[in-house]
Amino acid sequence: METAQLEFSVVLIYLLVSMIVVFAALLLGRFVRPKVHDPEKDTVYECGERPIGGAWFTFNPRFYLLALVFIVFDVAIALVFPVATVVRDWMVAGDGAIAVLALLSFIVLLVFGLAFVWGHGNLDWVRDIEDPKAAEEQS
Amino acid sequence: MNIFQSIGDQLIGWLFEVDPATWPYTYLVYALLIALGGGLTFGFVAIFAGPVTWVERRVAGRMMSRIGPNRVGPQGVLQWLCDGLKCWMKEDLVPACADRPLFRFAPYLVFGGMFGTFAVLPFGANIVATELNVGILYLLAVTGFVVIGMLMAGWGSNSKWAMFGGIRSAAQLVSYEIPVAFALMTVVLVAGSMSLQELVLGQGGMPWEWFVFRNPFLFAAFFLFFTAAIAEGNRTPFDLPEAESELVAGYNVEYSGMRYLFFMFAEWANLWVMSAIATVAFLGGWQIPGVSPEVIAASEGWTFVGWQALSVAIFVAKASVLVFFVIQLRWTLPRLRIDQLMVTCWKYLVPLSLACILGVLVLMLLIPEGSLVDMLLRVVMLAVGLAIAITYLRKVRATYLATRETYRNMEGKDQWYPAYRLP
Repeated sequence: METAQLEFSVVLIYLLVSMIVVFAALLLGRFVRPKVHDPEKDTVYECGERPIGGAWFTFNPRFYLLALVFIVFDVAIALVFPVATVVRDWMVAGDGAIAVLALLSFIVLLVFGLAFVWGHGNLDWVRDIEDPKAAEEQS
Repeated sequence: MNIFQSIGDQLIGWLFEVDPATWPYTYLVYALLIALGGGLTFGFVAIFAGPVTWVERRVAGRMMSRIGPNRVGPQGVLQWLCDGLKCWMKEDLVPACADRPLFRFAPYLVFGGMFGTFAVLPFGANIVATELNVGILYLLAVTGFVVIGMLMAGWGSNSKWAMFGGIRSAAQLVSYEIPVAFALMTVVLVAGSMSLQELVLGQGGMPWEWFVFRNPFLFAAFFLFFTAAIAEGNRTPFDLPEAESELVAGYNVEYSGMRYLFFMFAEWANLWVMSAIATVAFLGGWQIPGVSPEVIAASEGWTFVGWQALSVAIFVAKASVLVFFVIQLRWTLPRLRIDQLMVTCWKYLVPLSLACILGVLVLMLLIPEGSLVDMLLRVVMLAVGLAIAITYLRKVRATYLATRETYRNMEGKDQWYPAYRLP
């Protein structure tokens, strides 16, 4: 077996161990914990009132925008990390300028993207609905 | 060579007197050993996360001029066992309108996402489960499980509080993952490797050999990382997901008993995870001052075991200091508002961490490693770091003395809680 296979199997077994631990604790708890059925217990908590409707409704689109920005950044991070890893070796080999340029092009793109989102006002949590730019986006 | 592999080979040779390379059951032995290692790691996590809840409550009591738990066992040290036992014996409630599979599976993901990081965290010179060469990327990826788990818990509960809490946590966790990744990238640049063990080996035992004191940008990156990591771990001042004053408890509001306990377990264990990553990446990890890794590798028998134990002790000591610092932060700073939280991340931490990367790159090009300027820079940064630490300690001492004075003026006698009493 190759080293990489063994190392990733360690990761897999660790994740399995964590699942088994949680499962075992819940399974063993089954024998000691009470199970008293009561319709009041089946309701969700809503400050003591009877819950009104479900919670599966539309939520604020800013979370969606945030997730989009995150995905762009996260993909960029996944791409930049391998480049960042070899920069030092390249500098030792005398190709430091190329490595830095390669990394810079990535980072400049990221900065450009961040500036775009920032300029669009998508990073502002509190938005003025009277603001024509925000109103335009809302429509 | 992997620790499980070397132990397994020796064990097979000693027990069955066969060659491990040709023996058909070698991998079974490896798998059993790895599972045992996982069990031991879980033991460590439990032994850490449990008592640290007690420490945290005692520190909180101290800082709020009250006592804190002191009934179960001497000074209340066994409080965490009772809490765990109590949660274990509580009824496991699932709301009738909830999405049952999602609701019941969420704790697995949150706990697994936390526990998975322990596969790559190096505890000592050779005490590491696996030296993945993509260590840092793996860390960032596996903690993503936590986000999914929280979203599942929030959505699956079908409760408004849980829903808001879950979505908010997801927004916070994904946002703060960006500065964490960028701050760690500065270290990867300097060390030239993503493996956590290589990061430690790139540093030295002495403080001026640590990455944090290497240059001003790495120094700044350490603070950026620590701030963002606190937010990743849902600690105050960034504990928006469970802001009890506005969201009741956030994503875990519908949980009870053991399932709830696992969320809390993961949160406290995360305290160790982030402190350990900060120690590994910036504070020299397990490196013993004055003893190079080659000396450890060349030693044999009990000397080798002794070096391993010493390196583990040093690592645990460094991480514990950070853990204690985070606990103190929790009772010092007020909680941020959600809009301030997002502004802090996207408008301050992300641009600053990008600037840190650029600065580190430029300094790497300009100042060759080991030159006179490099050494001078390290000494200057060490002095700055020491000044900050001393100022902090003096501030703590002044606060303590002032409180004692106030108490004496008020009550006419000495404080009931002397400084030496733990914690």
